[in-house]
Amino acid sequence: MPQSADKVLDHNKLFHEPEYKEMFKNKRATFENAPTAPQVTEILDWTKSWDYREKNLAREALVINPAKACQPLGAVFAAAGYEGTMSFVHGSQGCVAYYRSHLSRHFKEPASAVSSSMTEDAAVFGGLTNMVDGLANTYALYQPKMIAVSTTCMAEVIGDDLNSFIIQSKEKGSVPEDFDVPFAHTPAFVGSHVDGYDNMQKGILTHFWKDAERAETDSINIIPGFDGFAVANIREMNRMLAAMGVEYTILSDVSDVYDTPSDGDYQMYAGGTKLDDVKAAINAKATLSLQEYCTRRTLEFCEEKGQKTAALHYPMGVAGTDEFLMTVSELTGKAVPDCLTLERGRLVDAMADSQAYLHGKTYAIYGDPDFVYAMAKFVMETGGEPTHCLATNGSKDWAKKMEELLASSPYGQGCQVWAGKDLWHLRSILATEPTDLLIGNSYGKYLERDLNIPLIRLTFPIFDRHHHHRFPTFGYQGGMTVLVKILDTIFDKLDTETGTLGETDISFDLTR
Amino acid sequence: MAKDIPDPIAPEKLIEEVLSAYPAKSAKKRAKHLGVAAPVAEGETEIVSKCDTVKSNIKSVPGVMTIRGCAYAGSKGVVWGPVKDMVHISHGPVGCGHYSWSQRRNYYTGTTGVDSFVTFQFTTDFQEKDIVFGGDKKLEKTIDEINELFPLAKGISVQSECPIGLIGDDIEAVSKKKKKDIGKTIVPVRCEGFRGVSQSLGHHIANDAIRDWVFNGGEESSYQPGPYDVNIIGDYNIGGDAWASRMLLEEIGLNVVGSWSGDATLAEIENAPKAKLNLIHCYRSMNYICRYMEENYGVGWMEYNFFGPSQIAASLRAIAAKFDKTIQDKAEEVIAKYQPLVDAVLAKYKPRLEGKKVMLYVGGLRPRHVVDAYHDLGMEIVGTGYEFAHGDDYKRTGEYIKEGTLIYDDVTGYELEKFIEGMRPDLVGSGIKEKYPVQKMGIPFRQMHSWDYSGPYHGYDGFAIFARDMDLAINNPVWGLFDAPWKKSA
Repeated sequence: MPQSADKVLDHNKLFHEPEYKEMFKNKRATFENAPTAPQVTEILDWTKSWDYREKNLAREALVINPAKACQPLGAVFAAAGYEGTMSFVHGSQGCVAYYRSHLSRHFKEPASAVSSSMTEDAAVFGGLTNMVDGLANTYALYQPKMIAVSTTCMAEVIGDDLNSFIIQSKEKGSVPEDFDVPFAHTPAFVGSHVDGYDNMQKGILTHFWKDAERAETDSINIIPGFDGFAVANIREMNRMLAAMGVEYTILSDVSDVYDTPSDGDYQMYAGGTKLDDVKAAINAKATLSLQEYCTRRTLEFCEEKGQKTAALHYPMGVAGTDEFLMTVSELTGKAVPDCLTLERGRLVDAMADSQAYLHGKTYAIYGDPDFVYAMAKFVMETGGEPTHCLATNGSKDWAKKMEELLASSPYGQGCQVWAGKDLWHLRSILATEPTDLLIGNSYGKYLERDLNIPLIRLTFPIFDRHHHHRFPTFGYQGGMTVLVKILDTIFDKLDTETGTLGETDISFDLTR
Repeated sequence: MAKDIPDPIAPEKLIEEVLSAYPAKSAKKRAKHLGVAAPVAEGETEIVSKCDTVKSNIKSVPGVMTIRGCAYAGSKGVVWGPVKDMVHISHGPVGCGHYSWSQRRNYYTGTTGVDSFVTFQFTTDFQEKDIVFGGDKKLEKTIDEINELFPLAKGISVQSECPIGLIGDDIEAVSKKKKKDIGKTIVPVRCEGFRGVSQSLGHHIANDAIRDWVFNGGEESSYQPGPYDVNIIGDYNIGGDAWASRMLLEEIGLNVVGSWSGDATLAEIENAPKAKLNLIHCYRSMNYICRYMEENYGVGWMEYNFFGPSQIAASLRAIAAKFDKTIQDKAEEVIAKYQPLVDAVLAKYKPRLEGKKVMLYVGGLRPRHVVDAYHDLGMEIVGTGYEFAHGDDYKRTGEYIKEGTLIYDDVTGYELEKFIEGMRPDLVGSGIKEKYPVQKMGIPFRQMHSWDYSGPYHGYDGFAIFARDMDLAINNPVWGLFDAPWKKSA
């Protein structure tokens, strides 16, 4: 009997005790109709071969382990960044349970959203009644300042018209006539969560700006985009912009939403962009997107309203942050202050100190399009070589931009860009053309296990490590976080490889 | 603990208070789902509550933040997903498979990607053109590609997402055709998320798919049964639960032919009808197929409960009673063998947990099944409820709970928060969506779906972990740090 009260064995130890191992062996031999060990080895080896890679990359229909989610997740995330806002997702209810769970598992925070709970009858007759009753209930129970409506694919397939449904709900008194109910159609079968983010942002701005007059001010708007590190990144950005003395409004500020204190009170609504500020944001002279692929439609709308626009690809690393600061400086006429120049110098100093360990390291990078772009750019600044860059939700246009970026540096030569490919493709790619390091999210741990390539978790979602998202990746300070994570991984690997007493420990160096 | 804690409010009063926040139409609907366990009435054998009647398993009220999931979650997420040597296609857009990817911790042994596929996300990733022109052709091609890339997969299931049923695809015809082509079991499952009112219909549909596409239409089983063959039914091996249970069943001399569906293979599904007895843990999600096996193959079934030593011992004896004296004697030996472990666990943890009040809100069987495990530790259940129970679940709950227990069916976010605030329990056991709001209120919390990434909780090995986990949740020093010292009232 392996278990004891004295030293309670958890699953990670318990099931490796002899009693359990014997049980597994018998189960497999007697009941499972399992393939033989040589068969398993043969296929395992084959899955890592060039032959398998060719067949795998030739897939046309099957998608395996894609690094993307669906539109409404992005919509719920975008809406969460507004003051007192409840997301109301029109369609089947299971979806909402999924978005909430997904966000909570990453942020380790509450994630609120409601569903209109449509079932078979709504599939036949449409979901108007669900909308009418649902808005009334949400308004009464959760007392939001705004309800942001998006859709699941069920509502999209049957063609429910949100605009008309919301008007009718207001006529029926579900919510007051002047209550803010912006909406966005967010079909799960088009694009990914980054498009849902875009659509909801556009929906919210359209709601507040469509009939408003614009009187230009010196302020600018900043749209952060879908970002698992948003909590810390937005705060870091605030710090930099305060140092510059810029007047600005963040459109969708989730920093205090997904980071509320434990003080005995659960606050369903904390932080977020003030609704008055959203209204006033039409007057901004410009809107700056920090992630172009999260905001294309939104920026078009801002342009239609007469604003200047600019779009970056996730301001990370030295040049990424330089570009952010210079763009802000250009848009606002404010100079970049010395304190930020100093921070820049510190990041460059740190990179110089460690360059010997970074130079020539090869990387596979996957994630959302803007993140992969920024990450590859930063890696090249350290003398690293991005060897495979993959975005399941990356378009041909993204691939082209990536290729331009890679062509701009000697460290990008030979890098392959994989738009629309998934993580099972990446497994084949890395099995045949391995890299030193892998940068991605928690799902990358399966690749790390299968291929023995260390994973650095730098993008959403991160489920199996806690609180990384509470430290920034944006800006020079954020660059420091990213740099240290990469270096720690490199040093840990070196120590592991040289860490066996009397065998491999010749280079088990105290100072590195 | 943070805050000056007010006296707990009586459950009846709490119900009245939460209902007053709803618009009239919804208040009326929600009233039927909330109740307080009443004393045993004359002629009744068990404690009853209003939820004993037909007021469960009905549609959730829109816009209230139900905690429920959908039929797809019940089929792919619960029943089929753990069958390890099959490839389960999330058929439709990308999201459903993405959010449910590797999230239930259905442990399994095997070589992932070669002969086991549980922690995968296979999807047809529907695009607009698939919605417009239908996805049957894409599904055919998907099956061919799976067959080429995963030659050791024993079968394929097609888990329908919402659009499939709405656009008129014929996944059954595709499955039949492709089964002929590739010679493997293919199971189409009509578990579109809009069907039914919760995960529950998805369980039922998944059970029916086993009946229609594995038992009738699958491969003929060549398994030679023995007199002590049983199946574990409705144990999804979360954190290894089914293994801790299997250990005990094997120790009392039984052979577990099929482990449904935690760590299961297709062969274990196919061979199950040859067993003598079905042992069902999660009654809610798999009673359907047990009834079918009883009617068609004469396999009897019984419910059991492997949470906590009282229920484990009672269940081992009840199971053994279905067999001969050899098994019965062994059951007594096993109970005796583990008694020192139980005594040691209780000696260590009971003093730290005695008298603590617990509120639960979980899924299939746990709102009742775990109650006695808490009782064994001297803890008290003051409220419990189910996401997707039916009337028969509430009837089965009466024997576990005490008079005055607050009962909530398909509770809403609002109600649960108010109930917790009003009752101030020492521990709440529910899901990931509830965890962080509750903890911010200063109340210890354990996820009781995923065991909060711990487990197993079944069996004697699991009970030690369960007791330790409840202790570490309740007695962690963090709950004493909530108030900043300069904010403390004089």
